Amino acid sequence: MNNISMQTIYLLIPLLPLIAAAIVGISGKVLPRSLAHVLTILGVGGAFGLSVLVFLDVMKGHIFNGTVYTWMTTGDYTFEVGFLVDQLTAMMMLVVTFVSLMVHIYTIGYMHDDPGYRRFFSYISLFTFSMLMLVMSNNFMQLFFGWEAVGLVSYLLIGFWFTRPTAIYANLKAFLVNRVGDFGFLLGIGMVLFFFGSLDYATVFQRAPELADIWVSVVPGTQWSVITMICILLFIGAMGKSAQVPLHVWLPDSMEGPTPISALIHAATMVTAGIFMVARMSPLFEISTTALSTVLVIGSITALFMGFLGIIQNDIKRVVAYSTLSQLGYMTVALGVSAYSVAIFHLMTHAFFKALLFLGAGSVIMGMHHDQDIRNMGGLRKYMKITWITSLIGSLALIGTPFLSGFYSKDSIIEAAKMSHIPGSGFAYFAVLAGVFVTAFYSFRMYFLVFHGKERWMEKKHDHHHAHDDHDHHHGLAPNEVPHEQSWVVTLPLVLLAIPSLAIGYFAIEPMLFGHFFDGVIFVNESVHPVMHELKEDFHGAQAMALHSLTSLPFILALSGVVLSWFFYMKRPDIPAYIKSKCSLIMYVLENKYGFDSFNEKIFAGGSRFIGSKLWKIGDVQLIDGLLVNGTANLIGRIAQRVRRLQSGLIYHYAFAMIIGVFLLLSLFLLLSLFMKV
Amino acid sequence: MTSLPLLSLAIWVPILAGILVLLTGDDKNAKTARWVALAGALIAFAVTIPLYTGFNFTDGGFQFQEGHLWIPSFNIHYHLGADGISVPLILLTSFTTVLVVIAGWEVITKRVAQYMASFLIMSGLMIGVFSALDAILYYVFWEAMLIPMFLVIGIWGGPNRVYATIKFFLYTLLGSLLMLVAFIYLYHQSNSFELVDYYRMPLAMNVQILIFLAFFAAFAVKIPMWPVHTWLPDAHVEAPTGGSVVLAAIALKLGGYSFLRFAMPIAPDAAHYLSGFMITLSLIAVVYIALVALVQQDMKKLIAYSSISHMGFVTLGFFIFSSLGLEGAIVQMISHGFISSAMFLSVGVLYDRMHSRQIADYGGVVNTMPKFAAFAVLFAMANSGLPGTSGFVGEFMVILGALQENFWYAFLASTTLIFGAAYTLWMVKRVFFGDIGNQHVAELVDVNQRELLILSVLAILVIGFGVYPQPITEMTHATVNNFLEHMATTKLPVGI
Repeated sequence: MNNISMQTIYLLIPLLPLIAAAIVGISGKVLPRSLAHVLTILGVGGAFGLSVLVFLDVMKGHIFNGTVYTWMTTGDYTFEVGFLVDQLTAMMMLVVTFVSLMVHIYTIGYMHDDPGYRRFFSYISLFTFSMLMLVMSNNFMQLFFGWEAVGLVSYLLIGFWFTRPTAIYANLKAFLVNRVGDFGFLLGIGMVLFFFGSLDYATVFQRAPELADIWVSVVPGTQWSVITMICILLFIGAMGKSAQVPLHVWLPDSMEGPTPISALIHAATMVTAGIFMVARMSPLFEISTTALSTVLVIGSITALFMGFLGIIQNDIKRVVAYSTLSQLGYMTVALGVSAYSVAIFHLMTHAFFKALLFLGAGSVIMGMHHDQDIRNMGGLRKYMKITWITSLIGSLALIGTPFLSGFYSKDSIIEAAKMSHIPGSGFAYFAVLAGVFVTAFYSFRMYFLVFHGKERWMEKKHDHHHAHDDHDHHHGLAPNEVPHEQSWVVTLPLVLLAIPSLAIGYFAIEPMLFGHFFDGVIFVNESVHPVMHELKEDFHGAQAMALHSLTSLPFILALSGVVLSWFFYMKRPDIPAYIKSKCSLIMYVLENKYGFDSFNEKIFAGGSRFIGSKLWKIGDVQLIDGLLVNGTANLIGRIAQRVRRLQSGLIYHYAFAMIIGVFLLLSLFLLLSLFMKV
Repeated sequence: MTSLPLLSLAIWVPILAGILVLLTGDDKNAKTARWVALAGALIAFAVTIPLYTGFNFTDGGFQFQEGHLWIPSFNIHYHLGADGISVPLILLTSFTTVLVVIAGWEVITKRVAQYMASFLIMSGLMIGVFSALDAILYYVFWEAMLIPMFLVIGIWGGPNRVYATIKFFLYTLLGSLLMLVAFIYLYHQSNSFELVDYYRMPLAMNVQILIFLAFFAAFAVKIPMWPVHTWLPDAHVEAPTGGSVVLAAIALKLGGYSFLRFAMPIAPDAAHYLSGFMITLSLIAVVYIALVALVQQDMKKLIAYSSISHMGFVTLGFFIFSSLGLEGAIVQMISHGFISSAMFLSVGVLYDRMHSRQIADYGGVVNTMPKFAAFAVLFAMANSGLPGTSGFVGEFMVILGALQENFWYAFLASTTLIFGAAYTLWMVKRVFFGDIGNQHVAELVDVNQRELLILSVLAILVIGFGVYPQPITEMTHATVNNFLEHMATTKLPVGI
């Protein structure tokens, strides 16, 4: 294919979903419901098809880096909108458009009776556009555009059911926490522009080594490395978007949004934008081991401590959400140990199996008539066979069962953390290892409680159905009703996502991690950070890796997690209840999510409101208005009261005042002219 | 050079149209008055378009100049001219006037002719401010513009309008008088009221500082900068929707523009000397005012405070003396013109229906006004500086520019990302989202054709300039370069 037509294809990929979103969004109720999904699916499906073409083209070695249009020029700077289509972009485009397409199809079933049907399709297509612009960008500014645009759509979708107080609290919170991250991100972009004189990736990466030894004194008396500062500021952005501690607080609450977007935005694509960004910036991060250590430690904390929270959740979506947080932590750990390709590999496998788990959870929720509490479920495997099998595949992939996709990516992360020697890697190795057990435990706790054991909904549904009939959501099964599988629009995406969840790791690990797939895209300074090199030496093929792992520590940990959860929740439910009653302090800490939410609510939100009201009441109202403005007016009033007495009506009083006045004026002019001459 | 006196037309067409509207008489002819006003506003807008199409992008000096001797005894000229800074503002003014006329269409029922005429005349006077190159001519327009604004708030305003108008008038008048003193001093030194003469005139540092401060008193009040900002929330709250729109979209820009036209180039050394002071005030405006905005209970007050905070970016951009900062500040002025108009018009849409501006009186408006809510969320996002809307462009440029001056300037300025989103979206949450708040909200009717038209036009502009801001910056390049060159040259008399 020649260049011109390829460029048209690049343009069409993001524009097709945008056009579909615009048509559906603007025409509103005029458009028949069926057209809303037909149009958007055509848009996203087209984008997926073209992304496959682009991927094949990139595989042939055709990399594109060019400008679409000049956004603005000012002074010495030119800001452009442009595309960089290389292996990393092409892979991300495939993942984004594929998962998005699956979610579009699934939504037909999930949102079937929702009055906001058209609006929902418009939003998710708009999201697909934004995410594509983010991954296809060839410069920092457009990256920021996509970055904030996906944040906007996330805001709209978390608050999709806008009458629910929890939903509109959660979407505001999500937007603001993300803005805290973006605050750092924007400053990082500003530093890039200042020190590199450009926001173009290629220019910046090329010049990065020159800045390795430049230091700035931001706080007087201290010297900071420019690159370290840039990397940490950019990473703060990633912490917001990819929900790393302490900016993770928005992600669990984002579950207020409809389940399809939890799968698409809050599991598979948007939340991995931070991971993608750091991998894209590998030429910068490689220079600063300090920044990498920061990334590593933050990632490890997220991976382990967010996993713990997954154990005590009873809302099916929240379990999956905490598992997403934990897995994002794993990816961040991989970035921290310079295993960027491993992070991206895990991003990809995770996108499939986590989207699968979420859509599976959504299918369960539909089957349960919008009851999301796993304590009310049980035994669903008999009623929802496809959901059961696919969710099992997703869970097995998540916990790292050998040969499944999650195994290859997760085990590589653990190995990479083990081999790293940068500060913090010891803790990271412990965290990711312990995380394996925790992940297996909470994932199968959920799995067993939902699909196996007693059919608890039988007992539950009788006392459930009183005053809730007028409400769309949060009901449960009606009496004499059993959970049931949904139509093919729901089950087909599950099956199509289960296939890559099973197999993609086996086929992709060799080219992505140890082959030449990311050559020229991801940069690793092997002399300082030799982790990938060592991993490659230990790698003897995907099959050998899986077989070898059967005797390794991670596998044993995962297995014991599964067995323990089976024992606890299937055999002896009294034991977890007993532990729960005995460890009240730990339970308190976990139930309060380590206190992040209340701290933020009191200190940051409350503090800002407190300062704001003081500044207003004291600063504006009392000082400026009270003392200065009205005070001056009153003062003039009082002076005028006195001065009024001067108007005595006696001629000689006036004559005297005139003489004094002339004298004063003359002296004033004299003084002034002296002053001006100086 | 075009043969038509374009700037004179831009000034006098709306003023004449305003007089014509007045001639339609009392409210019996309200319908005629409206149509005449609309026609006048459209023609007035049309005559400003050649200023853009005929603009020479490579010329950084004054274009479309007209000069006639006006008062020979004081050497006062009727001298007009426009450059890359004023042309966008002139277009913004004539455009906003059209919006205001449409926005007041059926909302204003009392003294319709006078209302429409006030805005048309005000529009001409403000364009006069943006294009006058003679100090006295400028001063006349500057002061005259206060009168229609005073009337708009005083006659069609809210219950507390008298306090608000007097505060507004005294605040601005006090500042302007000091500016007049500065002009008189400059006249004494040069025997001229020509702006270009002032640009060339060497001035000692202490004189420059005094002149700068005199101008500062006038312009800082207008922008308004902290701590002389407290007239604005009061004025906005009492003003009718149209008054708020003009106040926020244009009147505030008179102050910003005048810094670039008078204070800074006449006293460049003082501007550099006092830049730390100006930047401090700007950053206080950005942070302090944003926090104050957070706790407002009145929607208009909240948006008024938000305006002050956004104008902090304008002055910050001016005083970092880089093309990034300066062009960013100009873009911010234009963009704020659209966004604040949109925000005040949105409040107007609600106020017309509910006669309340209190956030607490609303809740769940999206249920009954879904179309309107979509616009409101868009404009709120623009107000929060979302990329892809014009609100992002100026802030982005100024933050990038500020960072090159000092990391902490950018750090403080960037807090707007958080606070700006917090106060805007929190308001949106409380007004638009949630269950239907009360019976009145349940009875709301969605936007009509007229409102839809205004909001759509603004939405297109806000997104358009967010996706492609080049047309604005392109216009300003040559002028900004000239300006920065001028600012880099000292005016201190040689030998001192």
